[in-house]
Amino acid sequence: MDAAATLVAASIAAGTPMLLAATGILVHERTGVVNLGVEGMMLLAAIVAFAVTHGSGSHLLGFAAGAVAGVLLAAVFAFFALVLHANQYATGLAIALLGSGTSAFIGLPFSGEGLPARGADGIALLRELPLAGPVLFGHHAAVYVALLLAAVVAWTLSRTRAGLVLRAVGESPASAHALGIPVRGVRFAALLFGGACAGLAGAYLATVYTPLWAENMTAGRGWIALALVVFATWRPARVLVGAYLFGGVTMLQLYLQGIGVEAPSQLMSMAPYLATIVVLALISRNPRWIRLNMPASLGKPFNPNA
Amino acid sequence: MRAPLALVPRGAPSRLWTWASPLLALLLTVACGMLLFGLLGQSPWQAVGMFFVEPLSTKRGVAEVLLKATPLALCAVGLALCFRANVWNIGAEGQLIAGSMAGAAVALAGAGSGSWIVGAAIVAAAAGGMAWASLTAWLRDRFNANEILVSLMLVYVAQLLLSYVVHGPLQDPAGYGFPQSPLFDRAARLPLLLAGTRLHVGFLLALAAAGAAWLVLARSVIGFQLRVAGVAPRAARYAGFSSRRVLWTVLLASGALAGIAGGAEVTGPIGQLTPSVSPGYGFAAIIVAFVGRLHPVGVVAASVLMALFYIGGELSQSRLGLPSSLTGVYQGLLLLFLLGADTLIVNRLRLRAAAA
Amino acid sequence: MTATPRLALRGIGKRYPGVVANDGVSLEVAAGEIHAILGENGAGKSTLVKIIAGAVAPDAGSIEFDGTPVAGADPAAARALGVAMVYQHFSLFDSLTVAENVALGVDRRFARGELAGAIGSAGERYGLPVDPAAHVHDLSMGERQRVEILRALLARPKLLILDEPTSVLTPQATEALFATLRQLAGEGVSVLFISHKLDEIRRLASRCTVMRAGRVVAVVDPRAESEQSLARLMIGGQPPQIAAHDTAPGQPRLLVDALPLADGGEPLSFDVRAGEIVGIAGISGNGQNALMALLAGERLARAESVRLDGAPIGALGPRERRALGLRYVPEERIGHGAVPELSLAENALLTIDRLHRRGFVQPAAAQAYANEVVRRFDVRCPGATARAGSLSGGNLQKYLVGREVLAEPQVLLANQPTWGVDVGAAAAIRNALIALRARGCAILVVSEEIDELFELADRLMVMAGGRLSPAVPAHRLPVDELGRWMAGRWPQAQP
Repeated sequence: MDAAATLVAASIAAGTPMLLAATGILVHERTGVVNLGVEGMMLLAAIVAFAVTHGSGSHLLGFAAGAVAGVLLAAVFAFFALVLHANQYATGLAIALLGSGTSAFIGLPFSGEGLPARGADGIALLRELPLAGPVLFGHHAAVYVALLLAAVVAWTLSRTRAGLVLRAVGESPASAHALGIPVRGVRFAALLFGGACAGLAGAYLATVYTPLWAENMTAGRGWIALALVVFATWRPARVLVGAYLFGGVTMLQLYLQGIGVEAPSQLMSMAPYLATIVVLALISRNPRWIRLNMPASLGKPFNPNA
Repeated sequence: MRAPLALVPRGAPSRLWTWASPLLALLLTVACGMLLFGLLGQSPWQAVGMFFVEPLSTKRGVAEVLLKATPLALCAVGLALCFRANVWNIGAEGQLIAGSMAGAAVALAGAGSGSWIVGAAIVAAAAGGMAWASLTAWLRDRFNANEILVSLMLVYVAQLLLSYVVHGPLQDPAGYGFPQSPLFDRAARLPLLLAGTRLHVGFLLALAAAGAAWLVLARSVIGFQLRVAGVAPRAARYAGFSSRRVLWTVLLASGALAGIAGGAEVTGPIGQLTPSVSPGYGFAAIIVAFVGRLHPVGVVAASVLMALFYIGGELSQSRLGLPSSLTGVYQGLLLLFLLGADTLIVNRLRLRAAAA
Repeated sequence: MTATPRLALRGIGKRYPGVVANDGVSLEVAAGEIHAILGENGAGKSTLVKIIAGAVAPDAGSIEFDGTPVAGADPAAARALGVAMVYQHFSLFDSLTVAENVALGVDRRFARGELAGAIGSAGERYGLPVDPAAHVHDLSMGERQRVEILRALLARPKLLILDEPTSVLTPQATEALFATLRQLAGEGVSVLFISHKLDEIRRLASRCTVMRAGRVVAVVDPRAESEQSLARLMIGGQPPQIAAHDTAPGQPRLLVDALPLADGGEPLSFDVRAGEIVGIAGISGNGQNALMALLAGERLARAESVRLDGAPIGALGPRERRALGLRYVPEERIGHGAVPELSLAENALLTIDRLHRRGFVQPAAAQAYANEVVRRFDVRCPGATARAGSLSGGNLQKYLVGREVLAEPQVLLANQPTWGVDVGAAAAIRNALIALRARGCAILVVSEEIDELFELADRLMVMAGGRLSPAVPAHRLPVDELGRWMAGRWPQAQP
């Protein structure tokens, strides 16, 4: 049973970067914007957070720096996509490439370096409890922040006027504009929020989850987070479940070793990517269902002057 | 508070800016490059020299540029077809890797055969790339799964598969445990085009592919169908064009081309299967396709440009100790600036009149 | 002494690339007045009201509201002044509830329970009942318009603008709307009403500004004018004559037999004979597009459910149907009937299959075909190499109709053939259809314009809620009977 508890706790920790990134993606996709650059934003945030933590010794500063890096790249994306009306998909790809290239560049002097060990995670005493201890109380603060963020987003979207405005913009920017809602401003803000979330996700990966720097260390998590939002039909609660499930899939290797299965490590590492493909296929099978749940203006350019 | 400059839509797209936009993007990227060089303590003009002048100043240099341009052009021609049809194949890198594995397998299996083995290896590489791309096509066709995410996930799978293969089934038993395959026979290597250089016939294959793609786009029915599908899918349905046919055609074609690129790399300059068969050619090819305006001729020119970026990056690493990852930064900047400059094709910049 | 007008526009101008939408337009609306803006499609009416509502900024001119100048393009500021707009294509959010939609449109913050109550009482007061908790995508067109109007009313407007509000209403619903508007005018609200329907303007408005080609040509009292004089002002001349027709229809060429529009929908059956035009009346959105897609081959059905000259074609695609002589002019020009980025010659390649040969396109033949269409159907354009998107609506529609007619179809399907087209082009298109009928073609026309259907059709059917009425000779169906049928209330067919 201890092994099971460890596995669940590990899944939660592994799923946290995807939860953070996907929550941010959900918010800006609800306003109708697709930002494929998440992977690049996470990578840039990862190296920035790593460098700052390495230099200053403060994890908090590292997380803040990571969030800022994410916001900066998101702002660049927003400028090109919203002000210059560039194709959202291509712009997102450019950001992804730019982010990963820049992160490799900045990260060169840190290659293979590690961070000084930090104190034990979680809430003292409570984390010693059997079973519930590691699962519920033994995590780094970022895990709880991610949960809180998801909850706040869920409540804001369904209960507040801000959430209503956000949903309206995503459904029909033309109608929202006609009603006097500042469509561009709402989308800009949503994108910056998404950037901050991606930044936190990258920071968590590089300073807490695997506290070392390696090129392309996000290994596609940004892309998986994009897919995750589709699986979850743009609902925060489902994003939560999906993120932790994916965390579980990445822990597959651990699980299989635990029950004595020997397999080449590369093949087992394929699990999250193959799982993403399978779930994507199953979810997309019914085009009507996707269309019903998807924000109607997703990916489509909106230019009120055209 | 309103900005002083406004973007006002044009009536029709500007033909001038359609071709001037990549040039503007290039200029801006070069400017950034010079700035970066300056910040890193080097002479900015040295940057221009290292990236654009030096590689083209010797016969050997030009051959290296064309050698680098070959896999880029092969992939980008296929991607141009895909993007024109609004099929977002982001997984060319994975298709390239799959092709390289298939080509290597045939080359190694036919060790000791005559010189026909290299032709077989290239054909196998094309088949391998096609097979990999057909996964994306099938998932989109049958399940309506988004091809961007699927093709990208398959890139990671392909990379892991390659790693497994060079550590296992295809590993050189006499290679001291290094993750690489045995070296291919001379017969399994692509013939050279220019003696004294590494430029091989793959370059001719790339030119042929570009020519064929131009013919298809401009003159063939399927080319017309894919162009319509890309800009007006409802009109394509009205005309009775099969979107399924377009999807499979462009994905299989680009998969085959990317596969050939991979096969040409392992039977060409590399000579064996290694974990680093491609330094991101499949992704760089996306940028090449856009900079080349999705036109086969433009794509060839843009692939030469991108090859200069790669080589310039290598030169600045070996000569000045600057990191080669700068190339990745420049590539991202080029695409970004291109997308920005493209705004001027459909919009005009205007000074906003002072408020009444 | 005249009171300050509620709304005063002076010298409004607005240009878009290639077209002058408004030129020196001046307009005055008094408090409590119902003022109509009359003009045909493309006269500049919609642009003008978008300027008034603050959605678009004018290039020239001034706006005054109750004597105070209004600056810039700011929908929120316009709302604050008391301008409320009901759009022709509603600005509602389908996935949200009625209450949420209304909440977005009013600046006052309502407490949660308050809003539903306010919607209920306003609905009762103005005869616009609607359920605040319903999701908009479940509502009918008439109900959606009620939500639009309620949203406008709850903002307590001083000026209510309606852009072509009756295009989605049955004649009965139109009367109900007019009653609401008269009630509002009586309470001091100014109403600005855009329309191209002459009889409605004469029934409702006390003053009318007539626009043509972006300019104001007259300001009249419509009650003192006749329909003919208004039409003359709107067009600037005599309306074009429609060729008289008299033919005897032949054998059924198109036979529809138990064709359901969707799984589990009611099966439809009718026929279209050689040398006749059958018209389908009805408001858009009642299944017409689904029916056309099934007949044209964009959607497939059971093979025997559609027959062409006896042959079952229900499972064939558009190309095979064209080969058998069935052609289609879809409702939307841009993006459906034509690709705007391509030239007219390349657009011919879409449906003229003989321009492809053994896998290759024939550019010279396509050019020749396009030029022939341009010549025969008087399409005003620089030539066959012109981008389709650069043509005006009327000329592009003439090209698309001509493209299909020149191919000598046996059966022609036309979906809203003169929607958004100027009067001259509309007449040309209708004459082309009549000429085609004289050559023995069987033609099916779907149209929202009742006048057009009475002009063209030999037999009429009505589509409502996915069901089809029986077909009757056009001259045996009076307009108010037609109105009842459009609401779905037709007698069952006699055996």
